[in-house]
Amino acid sequence: MWTSFKRVTRAGFVSFWRNGFLSFSFILSITIALCVISAVLLFNIISNNYISQIKEKVDVNVYFAPDVVETDVLGLKKMIEALPEVSRVDYISRDQVLADFKNKNQDNAVILQGLDEVGNNPFSAVLNIKAKEPQQYDGIAKFLESKNALSKDGSSIIESVNYNKNKDVISKLSQIIQVTEGVGVGISVLLGLAIIIITLNTMRLIIYSAKDEISVMKLVGASNMHVRGPFVVSGVMCGVTSAVLTALIMYPATYYFGKILKIISSDFSLNAYYLTHIGEIFIILLVVGVVLGAVSSYISVRRYLNV
Amino acid sequence: MIYFDKVTKIYKDSTPALTEVSFSIEPKEFVSIVGHSGAGKTTLLKMLLAEETPTNGAVFFESVDVNNLRRGAVNKLRRRIGTVFQDYRLIPSKTAFENIAFAMEASGKSDAQIQSDVPQVLDLVGLSDKLWNFPHELSGGEKQRVAIARAIVNQPDVIIADEPTGNLDPANTQEIIYILKKINDMGTTVILTTHNKGVIDSLGKRVITLEKGKVIRDDKSGKYVL
Repeated sequence: MWTSFKRVTRAGFVSFWRNGFLSFSFILSITIALCVISAVLLFNIISNNYISQIKEKVDVNVYFAPDVVETDVLGLKKMIEALPEVSRVDYISRDQVLADFKNKNQDNAVILQGLDEVGNNPFSAVLNIKAKEPQQYDGIAKFLESKNALSKDGSSIIESVNYNKNKDVISKLSQIIQVTEGVGVGISVLLGLAIIIITLNTMRLIIYSAKDEISVMKLVGASNMHVRGPFVVSGVMCGVTSAVLTALIMYPATYYFGKILKIISSDFSLNAYYLTHIGEIFIILLVVGVVLGAVSSYISVRRYLNV
Repeated sequence: MIYFDKVTKIYKDSTPALTEVSFSIEPKEFVSIVGHSGAGKTTLLKMLLAEETPTNGAVFFESVDVNNLRRGAVNKLRRRIGTVFQDYRLIPSKTAFENIAFAMEASGKSDAQIQSDVPQVLDLVGLSDKLWNFPHELSGGEKQRVAIARAIVNQPDVIIADEPTGNLDPANTQEIIYILKKINDMGTTVILTTHNKGVIDSLGKRVITLEKGKVIRDDKSGKYVL
């Protein structure tokens, strides 16, 4: 058993090396497949990153009447926090809003002067609400509307909710996000299928050219394992070589493509992401490459074994 | 040792390749099978190797019906039969040494045995200086001698040579036939198919003549008559 394994492995190595052109074409085919897989993988990572950035930017602000007491606001905050679809609620007090406003406009003398003329703090307290998913804002807004009447003296403590102003934008955005995620999955599945078919066909052509060789092996009485083994070993080697090649190709590719992406979003570096995750990415490439190489060799040889 | 029992072979949608062919071959015999192209010579040999199954009848190798063997047993049977083809059928990506070693590896011989037997057998066919040449670096006659070396290296009971001289010039033809005779003298059964009248006439051994899938002549010490 050990001798057979040793012989099959050695024969696989030798034929990988000697049939250089065939190995080269198979490596090319697997490398293209792996490049597509990496592109899909990185595309999903980039789009998920953008989507979460966008999601992060979507929120709803609740503005309160200026004379509302803080305990009422905090009471409402607790109730909102109890909602399952809410991820975070921040309370910004009137003084904080004023300070933020001054800070933001510190270079604008006209505005600051205007503020001084008003005298007291014209701002109201704000609750900033972030939902887990963008499509949940509608429910949160409805909840706030129903809670509108809840005030001590009968008048509403909520002055306005900016959801209604941004309603269209938010719902469009959540639609776009859903479509993008769906399209990403669809493209990944389609490309995956295409890759499997192309690799299998390349391997079938390569093995076709070796069909006489296979029949000779069978006629001198070699077992199926002895015939098939070296082809599978060569396939595995092509897979490993392709994984290394792809990992090398992806380095400059992520660098240049990352530069383009920087224009859209400056806080995500594709190249840096690639470098920090090179270990995981390489393992994925290696596993996919080896499986593609081995399985397609195994399947392609099968039809010529019945001699 | 080998017995063809009323063997009929009909390929899909065509006239019979063989019709009720019966004959037997004794151990250590040298048998030539002659006939025009399409007479059924190669079909006969393929059935002995279990490459083809007869439509009717049976092929026996030492009282075992070849076509009832399981896959593993077929492999074992083939290791007892050495084959030589008109087109050599060497593995192009392997050297002369490796081509022969492959047949030994297939039958589970040890590395030490391979290292000692392969040079010996190449020496026997006169190619001791071409151990590490690839098939494309060898002439037709040399390739055929490597093929013969591969066929005999496992010391088979039978050698099947299917038109082994078909692609060779007269000098190489004589050489190959001489080697086959030598192998036969050492006690191996040889089954030879050929078109070459000169070869058959000079051998003076048993000749089975096939025509349109039937045995029309079986002479103990025959001539090429068609």
